[in-house]
Amino acid sequence: MSPLVTINDLHVGYARGDRVAPAVRGVDLTIGRGEIVALVGESGSGKTTVANTVIGLLPDSALISGGSVVVDGVEVVGAKERALRALRGSVIGLVPQDPMVGLNPTHRIGRQVAEAVRRRGVSGPQVDLGVIEALEQAGIDDAVLRARQFPHELSGGLRQRVLIAIALAGRPRLIIADEPTSALDVTVQSRILDHLEGLVRESGTSLLIITHDLAVAADRSDRVVVLQDGQIVEQGRPADILVSPEQDYTKRLIAAAPGLAHGGRIVPRFELAPDQVATADPVIRLESVSKRYAVPGAGGSFLALDDVSVEVARGRTHALVGESGSGKTTTLRLALGLEKATSGRVVLDDVDITDLGWKQTRPLRRKIQLVHQNPYASLDPRFTIRQSITEPLVSFKVGDRRSRAARATELLDQVALPASYLDRLPSELSGGQRQRVAIARALALEPGLVLLDEPVSALDVSVQEQILALLSELQERLGLSYLFISHDLAVVAQVSHTVSVLNRGRVVESGSVAHVFGSPQSEYTQELIAAIPGQRAEAVARSRELVHD
Amino acid sequence: MSRYILGRAAQAVVVLWAAYTLTFVVLYLLPSDPVALQLGAAGIETDKLSPVQLQAAMAKYGLDRPVLEQYLSSLWGALHGDLGTSIAKQRPVTALLGERIGSTVALGAVAGVLMLVGGTVLAYLASYVRWRPARILLTRLPSVGASFPQFFIGLLLIQLFAFTLGWLPATGSDGFSSLILPALTISLLTSSLLAQVLMRSFDDTLSQAYIVTARAKGLSRAAVQWKHAFRNAALPAMTILGVIVGLTVTSAIVVETVFARNGVGKLAQESVVAQDVPVVLAIVALAAAVFVVVNLVVDLLYPLLDPRIVHVPKVSR
Repeated sequence: MSPLVTINDLHVGYARGDRVAPAVRGVDLTIGRGEIVALVGESGSGKTTVANTVIGLLPDSALISGGSVVVDGVEVVGAKERALRALRGSVIGLVPQDPMVGLNPTHRIGRQVAEAVRRRGVSGPQVDLGVIEALEQAGIDDAVLRARQFPHELSGGLRQRVLIAIALAGRPRLIIADEPTSALDVTVQSRILDHLEGLVRESGTSLLIITHDLAVAADRSDRVVVLQDGQIVEQGRPADILVSPEQDYTKRLIAAAPGLAHGGRIVPRFELAPDQVATADPVIRLESVSKRYAVPGAGGSFLALDDVSVEVARGRTHALVGESGSGKTTTLRLALGLEKATSGRVVLDDVDITDLGWKQTRPLRRKIQLVHQNPYASLDPRFTIRQSITEPLVSFKVGDRRSRAARATELLDQVALPASYLDRLPSELSGGQRQRVAIARALALEPGLVLLDEPVSALDVSVQEQILALLSELQERLGLSYLFISHDLAVVAQVSHTVSVLNRGRVVESGSVAHVFGSPQSEYTQELIAAIPGQRAEAVARSRELVHD
Repeated sequence: MSRYILGRAAQAVVVLWAAYTLTFVVLYLLPSDPVALQLGAAGIETDKLSPVQLQAAMAKYGLDRPVLEQYLSSLWGALHGDLGTSIAKQRPVTALLGERIGSTVALGAVAGVLMLVGGTVLAYLASYVRWRPARILLTRLPSVGASFPQFFIGLLLIQLFAFTLGWLPATGSDGFSSLILPALTISLLTSSLLAQVLMRSFDDTLSQAYIVTARAKGLSRAAVQWKHAFRNAALPAMTILGVIVGLTVTSAIVVETVFARNGVGKLAQESVVAQDVPVVLAIVALAAAVFVVVNLVVDLLYPLLDPRIVHVPKVSR
């Protein structure tokens, strides 16, 4: 039987002014019936362009300059919109990247699924049945209730399941999943991927997973295809690729994936003896803080933090892990003094800041700085890098123009960016470079404590690794203390000394990373650890190695 | 939900009161002599009156009372449907408005329909058509429409359709045929504004991720645009509907003058020239009322069109 998708020498570029910037350069790829193929590469490697070509959803600026893509016997390159439309939905289903924006906010869920159901020729009351069936297939409980709700009333995980239901509803032969879960919490991520994988295996549907995370790819696929600069550099079975990668690029990707670097196990970087976990003089100490938010309308209130105690030892990193809604961000806002605790105390550098007003807190802000999650949003797009970095200095009236210029150069040097970047705008920088600038800005006032709010989760794995290395290096050189917030346990293990696991506003477990991750006591922590991608593929690879030995 | 409606309605009443009061203050407390101004409007020259005659004239129009008392009695009257008496025409303002308002409402209604249809169709086509030259032409049209002065457009239309082609009457206010040219003149500006906002909004909406989801289902471009893009794109455009209606009221003054139509706009123009303060005050209050009501309607429609509005609880404090 011929493969479902055959891509031959595909070339695609994007028009930029008068020139065409190549994005895909001579890709050959087949996807067999019922096969799960993962397309792996960093941002800009062309993986999304390949997927969009297959489903015929390239933007107007894209030009296919050569090659052919045959899906289920139909040539896609050069095909008319009508022919492509016949493929979409019924032959190829798409699970898009970001569930938060992938659904029409003004239509009910049921209506959006129904559109996909009608595409297979169903009509009348059968459509309602089809909608419920698709939602249930995607693993949604209470399908009738959910169908009547609007997208904003559902969590991210549920919305992603709705998108999967939409892709399934047309009974396609191929599902393209474009970074299907990178916007979700790890445990939700693994549950959804498990479910999607089970569905396609059961129904014999082919699956094309697009991801930047080799660990996710290796866990789920029959074949991993590694893409770099628009060309396939390596492909093969996940176990082979992980055990004996041939290309340096693949090796880099493996080394960069925190879950894969140590064979799917978490290897903490720092070992601390139990008596070293607590120190006498922490930088910041949150003593049994609680935070209650009033919920207007309902007349009730919501306890975001419940008796949480956290402290950061000098020169060390303390991590807060947990999923969305666990209270990580509320803890961070309390530490920053942006919110007042309902009860409990916050002590910064032996000063009780719990009841201090805005004016009294302001000088303390020099000691404590923040790096945000999303470097694309945290830099003012109209500020040059110089303006962004020196703004804290100007705001606290530190030095004069000349000394600030010198400091800006020094700061850029600390985060390994050339001084020539000072006059650039954020839009001219990559995500990783932007995050370096954000770190430089946080260091401008020489703080003792830096709060890192998911500092790498918006970045590609290989860039993640560089930023984490930079953070560790800065900690050693400048004696910084970090409060590190992350949902990714593998990342936490790489940079943290101690950790608190948060669940629904409570600390369920805390201690040294080696201890908490090595012998997790609470069920919740165990669940988080089991959800780290990369473990399955490693297990397969190891068992094969044993056989060979 | 009912709290939301009550809150918005109360807000509307406050805005209306503020508009009335501000107009009163501006008209009565301007550095000119309000007494001379108003008596002048009635054809009485204050210079030639003896103090006794002046006192009598002022008493007749209630001008001898303190300003605050005049304001309160005028507000009290307005609340009870009595907008005072026109000084120049010596008739109740409500009667004057009653005679004129029908023609202006008809004009505004036809102009409003033309604005909605014209603006929407233009924006819809501009985002649907794929042939570049046509697309560029369509996207440039609104700025052309918005940049001509209205009196000029009015004269141009009269020249073309009344004098050259002889299809429609040039001036007057009898029958539907006399409505077409003035309504067209107003809606050319207002539909251009609406189209501009809608086009932006269509562009934004069509680049959203859920549009990709819809296309990936295999829906046709027409279905995607009609079912998924249109309603979401119309949301931001609704906000400027209030502004556009306000513009229609001011346009009526120019257009009714150009087309010699006997409407409220013409009355406003005459009253300003004659410095007939009670009439001007009544017309400004009426325009403010229309503006407030339209905005209220838009605000109340918004949650119906966008389910997210009502459901957002306040959690920031």
